[in-house]
Amino acid sequence: MNSKFSTRTIVATGLGAAVFFVLFTYVKVPSPIPETSLQTAYGVSSFFAAIFGPLAGFLIAFIGHALSDFIGYGSPWWSWVIASGVAAMITGFAAGKIAPAVEEGEFSTKELSYFLLWVAVANVAAWLVVAPVLDIVMYAEPVKTVFVQGIAAAAMDAIVSGILGSVLLKAYASTKTGKGTLSRDN
Amino acid sequence: MKLKVFSYSRLDTFVHRLSGLSKLVCFLLLTTAIMLTYDIRVILAITVLSFVMIRVAKIQFKQIRLMLIYVGIFLAFNFVLTYLFEPEYGVKIYGTKHLLFTFFGPYTVTLEQLFYQITKLMKYLSVIPLGISFILTTNPSEFASSLNGIGISYRICTALSLTLRYFPDVAQDYNTISLAQQARGIEMSGKAKMTERLKRVASILIPLIMTTMDRIELISNAMDLRGYGKNKKRTWYSRRPLKKADYVSMIVSLLILIGSLYVRFAINHSMFYNPFV
Repeated sequence: MNSKFSTRTIVATGLGAAVFFVLFTYVKVPSPIPETSLQTAYGVSSFFAAIFGPLAGFLIAFIGHALSDFIGYGSPWWSWVIASGVAAMITGFAAGKIAPAVEEGEFSTKELSYFLLWVAVANVAAWLVVAPVLDIVMYAEPVKTVFVQGIAAAAMDAIVSGILGSVLLKAYASTKTGKGTLSRDN
Repeated sequence: MKLKVFSYSRLDTFVHRLSGLSKLVCFLLLTTAIMLTYDIRVILAITVLSFVMIRVAKIQFKQIRLMLIYVGIFLAFNFVLTYLFEPEYGVKIYGTKHLLFTFFGPYTVTLEQLFYQITKLMKYLSVIPLGISFILTTNPSEFASSLNGIGISYRICTALSLTLRYFPDVAQDYNTISLAQQARGIEMSGKAKMTERLKRVASILIPLIMTTMDRIELISNAMDLRGYGKNKKRTWYSRRPLKKADYVSMIVSLLILIGSLYVRFAINHSMFYNPFV
């Protein structure tokens, strides 16, 4: 990638948001907690964030979630849309180390734990700080409700982003060939 | 997978004739007005306006039926949840207590709580027709150009128009891969456990993401070859010039926002309208 927001990143953002949107709207796995579901889309946003960086990550989750809300509910629930974006954005800070390694076909325990660390930080920050605070500021929701929802969302989304994100990164890395992997046949 | 929900219809009504830019600006102004108020009088006024817009745009009930069902479930869930967590939030806000009856323990039903929750319900309900009449009457590529019109970088707008262009393709890919995996014997029904189902989703996601990554290379190469991103500005094929009706509707929306702020700061002196004192 030559510039900060290259054509490749723009296209990745657009298509990433399309995948996010489709999964977010149609592919939900029911969770053990009633009336909630695991959003597989967060696995995709954390994967793209880890490869294309914070801005792409933010836009993918933000656009995907906002469109999904527009179509599902008529109007986006902005506080959660922004929180989705923030979660992916913070995960994107892992891209500095993860992206070059993955493009070289490398995704070992070191990268995995680094990725999972950022996923955990991202989801805690987004769902325990950003979403509840915005809910209170923008929508004057009762404090208790938003924090209970926040805890559930943080736990479930961290699990989905962590598991699916690392499975996808591993799979993508294995399609790339690293430096110096060719050897001459004698 | 049903993708029929998102059906932009090309009609010739007042709302359709407005440019995407002015519709976006109006939508943002009016939703901000709603967001910043808890006064049921203001909310009801905007609700009436937004239902009028639905009528004017000739949006049919069958286009939005599914959406309304989702919204109904969401609102009912939110209504119950609010009550369960904070049964006396209304009392806290309005400072008085008119007890109607008590279920048990802390679960009292007060006029204040009912008033608060009904206001909140109306608050959510009022923006929905606005969103619907915006999204169903705006051409998707004009939508991207209108975002550029309010000052968002054209690179981000390109990303958005790519999303709108490619999500049906992605959905189709998803279906194809899902069918292929089922043909290989992976069961997709809802019977299995959560971890099993996550595994199955992963078995679809991996090929889907690989296809997407290939497609990203293809599209970005094609765009680079055509010199995309060389200049600081871009023009949009689908941008429509603003007409008198556009300026009028933007000014009206702005006045509504100012009016709602005036009610909040000059009449109520708080976010809430208090009929109890």
